[in-house]
Amino acid sequence: MSILDLTAVELGKKIKAGEVTAVDATKAVLEQIKALEPSLNCYVTVDEEGALKQAEEVQKKIEDGTLTGPLAGVPVAIKDNMCTKDLLTTCSSRILGNFVPTYSAEAVLNLQKAGAIILGKTNMDEFAMGSTTETSAYGETKNPWNTEHVPGGSSGGSCAAVSANECFFALGSDTGGSIRQPSSFCGVTGIKPTYGTVSRYGLIAYGSSLDQIGPVAKDVTDCATILEVIASHDPKDSTSVKREDCDFTSALVDDVKGMRIGIPKDYLGEGLDPEVKEAILNSAKVLEAKGAIVEEFDLSLVEYAIPAYYVIASAEASSNLSRFDGVKYGYRTKEYEGLHNMYKKTRSEGFGAEVKRRIMLGSFVLSSGYYDAYYLKALRTKALIKQAFDKAFEKYDVILGPAAPTTAPKLGESLSDPLQMYLGDIYTISVNLAGLPGMTVPCGKDSKGLPIGLQLIGDCFKEKNIIRAGYAFECSRGGYEAPELAEREER
Amino acid sequence: MSKQYETVIGLEVHVELATKTKIFCGCSTAFGGAPNTHTCPVCTGMPGSLPVLNKQVVEYALAVGLATNCGINQYCKFDRKNYFYPDNPQNYQISQLYLPICHDGWVEIETAGGKKKIGIHEIHMEEDAGKLIHDEWEDCSLVDYNRSGVPLIEIVSEPDMRSADEVIAYLEKLRLIIQYLGASDCKLQEGSMRADVNLSVREVGAPEFGTRTEMKNLNSFKAIAHAIEGERERQIEILEDGGKVVQETRRWDDNKESSRAMRSKEDAQDYRYFPDPDLTPVIISDEWLERVRNAQPELRTEKLARYQEEFCIPQYDAEILTASKHMADVFEETVKLSGKPKEVSNWLMTEAMRLLKEQEKDAEQMKFSPAHLAKLIELVDKNVVNRTVARNVFEAVFNEDVDPEVYVEEHGLKVINDEGALKKTIEELLEKNPQSVADFKAGKEKAMGFIVGQTMRAMKGKADPAVVNALVRELMSR
Amino acid sequence: MANIISDETIEYVGILAKLELSETEKEEAKKDMGRMLDYIDKLNELDTSGVEPMSHVFPVNNVFREDVVTNGDDHEAILKNAPEKKDGAFKVPKTVE
Repeated sequence: MSILDLTAVELGKKIKAGEVTAVDATKAVLEQIKALEPSLNCYVTVDEEGALKQAEEVQKKIEDGTLTGPLAGVPVAIKDNMCTKDLLTTCSSRILGNFVPTYSAEAVLNLQKAGAIILGKTNMDEFAMGSTTETSAYGETKNPWNTEHVPGGSSGGSCAAVSANECFFALGSDTGGSIRQPSSFCGVTGIKPTYGTVSRYGLIAYGSSLDQIGPVAKDVTDCATILEVIASHDPKDSTSVKREDCDFTSALVDDVKGMRIGIPKDYLGEGLDPEVKEAILNSAKVLEAKGAIVEEFDLSLVEYAIPAYYVIASAEASSNLSRFDGVKYGYRTKEYEGLHNMYKKTRSEGFGAEVKRRIMLGSFVLSSGYYDAYYLKALRTKALIKQAFDKAFEKYDVILGPAAPTTAPKLGESLSDPLQMYLGDIYTISVNLAGLPGMTVPCGKDSKGLPIGLQLIGDCFKEKNIIRAGYAFECSRGGYEAPELAEREER
Repeated sequence: MSKQYETVIGLEVHVELATKTKIFCGCSTAFGGAPNTHTCPVCTGMPGSLPVLNKQVVEYALAVGLATNCGINQYCKFDRKNYFYPDNPQNYQISQLYLPICHDGWVEIETAGGKKKIGIHEIHMEEDAGKLIHDEWEDCSLVDYNRSGVPLIEIVSEPDMRSADEVIAYLEKLRLIIQYLGASDCKLQEGSMRADVNLSVREVGAPEFGTRTEMKNLNSFKAIAHAIEGERERQIEILEDGGKVVQETRRWDDNKESSRAMRSKEDAQDYRYFPDPDLTPVIISDEWLERVRNAQPELRTEKLARYQEEFCIPQYDAEILTASKHMADVFEETVKLSGKPKEVSNWLMTEAMRLLKEQEKDAEQMKFSPAHLAKLIELVDKNVVNRTVARNVFEAVFNEDVDPEVYVEEHGLKVINDEGALKKTIEELLEKNPQSVADFKAGKEKAMGFIVGQTMRAMKGKADPAVVNALVRELMSR
Repeated sequence: MANIISDETIEYVGILAKLELSETEKEEAKKDMGRMLDYIDKLNELDTSGVEPMSHVFPVNNVFREDVVTNGDDHEAILKNAPEKKDGAFKVPKTVE
């Protein structure tokens, strides 16, 4: 068994025990990156030199006892929308093609304090707008299970890198499903925590009221461990929540007896691939067999989540992305006449089609005369969706369903029809609107051999419920299954 | 002009709050400093940075709201105002539109036309923009974000004013209130108080307001008065010619004494306000409000009454002393040190006011320390200097904040009362200069001048020339 | 399509968003935006009367900083990424107010 097959927590233990060093692990993973990047393109930036330097420093601190945490010495990949000091941060956009932050995101700092080693920055949909990682200005990432397919998005680079052993774990961000959907497509585990659990400071905003950073890893144990490290109350983020219950690993118990699990009928209807449906229902049976009480129920309002989301997220994005104007950082067009022409040319050349589409939509829905009809209407819908979840969580500890209606589509299939692509977020988006925690756990494969993800949704601040359910499911399912990369490469 | 027109004016007054740090980050608000030396990722709009509200901004806004009889929105929020301009690093300004902190207040003004209440529509909190410096050499502009994120309150009046006099009375009233609260120094010239004038004209008796324009860049009361007059004339001319006034923002040029429309078609003036998702609502509890209310400092009206009662200062004098917060502070501090309110009041009312007028300065610009004025009063009281000399000393205190004791010593201004020592010096000089005595006695007045000069030199200038003169004459005539 | 986006609207939104679209892009944008708005109009099926618009999901409020200077002079770092700079300031095309 190769060192690369270890989970993050397993590797951390071996490093602590002195069986391997942080430097060994870093070298191994850098080798893997070198071998696979030409075919997968998970990374925008790989910091080989920096990673090795960090590894040496961290190894010393482990040996002298300064670093004792579970992630000390474990190499990690960071989604390219989180600022990393002195390391290129592009959001996979041309407009930030040369942006080198002078500070690091709080979540990244928390990882560094814990001794994790930053390998580099992973590819994503430009500014996290997309569901396939094809809107990146730096080429699409390919799904390690089948390179003709997309890895999902927007955290496609992070999820593919974990799946392909190009890192031991990764950070992603989730605005409408951007951790959970690519985790599903790549056969890895990912958590979108309750809004406010992980600081957004240093996360380049897309939809500020929806964005949340979360872990992507090989199993539930890793995810709980990572989340415990990155969760913090940050005085620099006004929306950061002070929590006393961030001991997520305490929920890693194989026991769901009496746990009440609800499956929204609305999540099993039209549009859901039969193979995905079967895998989800089988997973529910696994939990039921372990003593959980499983039933189907009507969640309602599911079809309104997507339109509400696109109004809110686009509106916020149109404002959040206005700072990219060629004045303070990033790309500036070469030839222009006057200020406004400089703005327009810089932004038109710097942003890709999907980003422009959402900025246009967002600017329109906020414009004079439309604010009430679109923006306020969407915020009212959001309130109703939250109420529907509140009602559901009076009856259930966990809501179970698919993370996506299908397995990973082929490259190029989704972009031709944006609206169709948006519809793929139907099971993940309402979770962001309601600020809830959600997790994807691999639960099988379809007939094409592509992974299927099970989504577990908890009430606000109840990550422990979904961690417990996910962990119990995983114990029955068996350990992490990696794609057979060598075989794929030979094809 | 056949028709009679009425001018309708409303004001948007921006006031820079006296906080130590910016509204959403821990950068200093201090003036000066090289470009961008008071900046951080937050106030330069770096990707991933987030705002956190300075609590003192809310406290000041509440204090001003309460002092201007406003209602308080105990649940208030921040909104983003979206527009592209390089002085605005995020290309949106964090402000308050939907739920401003204060609403529906008023202040009372007094002009030649009598007393009048001016309504305050709302007061909201917002961030200031950076500064654009136009580079003459390269035909480009340079952006300095040192002022970006400095906290402002915007006080929006009702369209209740009808003349430049009323506008200036209203601004002076606001300035006094805010200075007394310590919420801002309100300097028009330095931009810590800025007024945008919304003005329309209508025929006297017309039921509805005319179309208004907004005038920006007014840096003095004089500019405000001129701009109001100019804009009134401009609008009336348009109406008289059968035209229509266009609702627009105009920029006042103080040198040209005229205004011009500011925005191009690239500015749609559609600000797409929406609640800022990066900031949480501010909830002002009854307790908090009560705490601010109880901590309100003594305002002018109260001070005015107290000066008359406690210090027996005449009303007219008390009005002048309290017309500036700084003047009142200097007065009270000096009284505290000297225990002589009447004396202090006299110095300020006569000498300080005279010098301010001569030097065309505001009371706010007085720089001397009350301790030095107190010392001067003590010197006069102890007859160390006489009043005439003391007036000169005061001027030095006023201009350079000198220590009067040191100054008097250095300049030999002490009254010399030791006649014996003086007499002895003169007698010695007469003994050494018999010829001078002879000349004097022979009627040569000049000879006395020589002795006086020698005496002054011997006394190292500390003698009072008048006293010396008298004494020399007396001794020479013996 | 119920929502027909006019050339003027696309032009106007382009001014607001500071985006300059080519003729092809404009046609695309008109079509995309129209379709999205048709889809968003689905929200009108919902009766939301009496429902408060929800900006923040949780009742987190009164998050403040104390008025204490915590930042020093960091202008070199601030200007590091500037496309053009001069004399410690960001350089932009001449702006006329």
